[in-house]
Amino acid sequence: MKRLSKYRRHRAAAPMLLVLALLAIGTTFSVASATPNKSALALARSASIEEGKQIFLKGCSSCHGLNAEGGAIAPSLIGVGAASVDFQVATGRMPMADMSTQAMRKKPVYTPEQVAALAVYVASLAPGPAIPGDELLNYERDGSVADGGELFRNNCAMCHNFAGQGGALTQGKYAPTVMGVEPRHIYEAMITGPQSMPVFSDKIITPEEKLSIIKWIKFAESEPALGGASLGRVGPVTEGLLVWTLGIGILIGVAVWLAMKAR
Amino acid sequence: MANDLEAINDPGIPAHVHRKADSDPLAAKKAERQVAILFALSAIGTILFIVSYVAIPEDIFVFIPVMGSTNAHQLFLGLGLAFSLFFIGMGAIHWAKTLMPDQEVSVQRHEFRSDEEDRDELVKTAKEGAAAAGLGRRTLIKRTLGLSLGLVGLSPLLLLRDLGPLPGKSLSTTSWKAGTRLVTDPGDRPIKPEDLEVGAVAQVLPAMLPGQDHRVLSDIGKDAVLLIRLRPEEFNLDAERLSWTHEGIIAFSKICSHMGCAVALYEQQTKHLLCPCHQSTFDVTRAAKVLFGPAARPLPQLALALDSEGYLVAKQPFNEPVGPSFWERSS
Repeated sequence: MKRLSKYRRHRAAAPMLLVLALLAIGTTFSVASATPNKSALALARSASIEEGKQIFLKGCSSCHGLNAEGGAIAPSLIGVGAASVDFQVATGRMPMADMSTQAMRKKPVYTPEQVAALAVYVASLAPGPAIPGDELLNYERDGSVADGGELFRNNCAMCHNFAGQGGALTQGKYAPTVMGVEPRHIYEAMITGPQSMPVFSDKIITPEEKLSIIKWIKFAESEPALGGASLGRVGPVTEGLLVWTLGIGILIGVAVWLAMKAR
Repeated sequence: MANDLEAINDPGIPAHVHRKADSDPLAAKKAERQVAILFALSAIGTILFIVSYVAIPEDIFVFIPVMGSTNAHQLFLGLGLAFSLFFIGMGAIHWAKTLMPDQEVSVQRHEFRSDEEDRDELVKTAKEGAAAAGLGRRTLIKRTLGLSLGLVGLSPLLLLRDLGPLPGKSLSTTSWKAGTRLVTDPGDRPIKPEDLEVGAVAQVLPAMLPGQDHRVLSDIGKDAVLLIRLRPEEFNLDAERLSWTHEGIIAFSKICSHMGCAVALYEQQTKHLLCPCHQSTFDVTRAAKVLFGPAARPLPQLALALDSEGYLVAKQPFNEPVGPSFWERSS
């Protein structure tokens, strides 16, 4: 310690400390935010409508109305189907934390059993898209990465980015990243069209094609960055930022050193 | 006013400051060691480059703070090459700055013009050479030489023809004809109105002609259409444009009227279409009226109808050229 404190007035001490602090914050944050995400199976078959209604009355009715008829600040839930409830609640988007721009993914408030009960209750109000079962979601068997890539580029990439990293929409809204999303939730998003996203009907993108899209997303997720650092796979924004700050910064430093006279 | 200000004297070159290494042998020794260390670092970089090329497999990933998971093979190849080149340069500069001769020399510029004698000599030589070659007498040679040189100059002009042919009407027309079916892209399946729920979109292309087995990219670039279904009461259209929709289904060219990007970011809640390139925003309920951004015109709307089998077809071709402005465009 004493040996280290000898250097505390060194020229490079302050910049070194800054770099170390940044590294420490960056690594702790990336470790702390990487929580495992285990998705539960659809428990809808054993859930009870009555239990779902009680949860709805306590947690949702203040905005969506006592009979899910909707209100000034929230849409009607009649006919949205179990898939919509499962997507919105199991990804933590509902209940909303704040009403400003859009509901964002966060830690779910309800347990998988409670989500299933809510879904059954809302589905009992009027028919709507159902939660896809596991037998329907066998994308490893039924999907094709090549077809999925073409479908993704044609239908999804304009909002969710060519590598599925998400992107900006208007007025603070955004298309979230599709990396790390459960296959069930990707499927539900396509058939229900949550928030700004349009619906992709089964006749336009068939269930097999939807599985291909999911398979491509999972493939892109596990694809290593063989070229070195991926820089977030968002294209010229981060690449340009790095070149303009670090690259040009180094060049300026070298130029200053070149022109300095030796003493 | 008389110029009574004194002229500024030429201050001359500032006094030369000698380097430490010039007078102190210890400092010179130290500078020498520094240069040697820099060159050695470069050598280590090259060795790192060779070792990582040979020894590090291509599928090993290491975690680097800030950068995240990074391919070790590429990382050490890059670092090795960067070290080897950078430290050669740095060593050479440091050597020149600390140890190489440090005299300052001033050199006066001389006049650029050659002296009269040399100039006369050149003219005389040229004239003598021309006379000896007989350029003045042998007119046949002079004329055929002129002809051949002129024709050589013509050949690059001929190659300009490869810039053509002129686009003609191709910028104003698309593959959409009256009765062309709308098919999904990709998949090429015809679409019935009941296939689309409210809030749904579909990327569509015109059905291929009988006998056509593949699509041409330059055609897709003009033909791509976005099909959107709203509630019919959400439309705010005049009678003609309303008759181009079918039960809340409306179709627009996907080619942006600004620079031709594919406009397909559809926000279901606001009914806005957004171009990813320059953020032009179009209002679907008002025939793609421009709400924001550099686009000058609404997106062309495709008139829809049903054929005898109940599939969606184009009622008529686009009534205006799709995509960005061009020179000969009438509107």
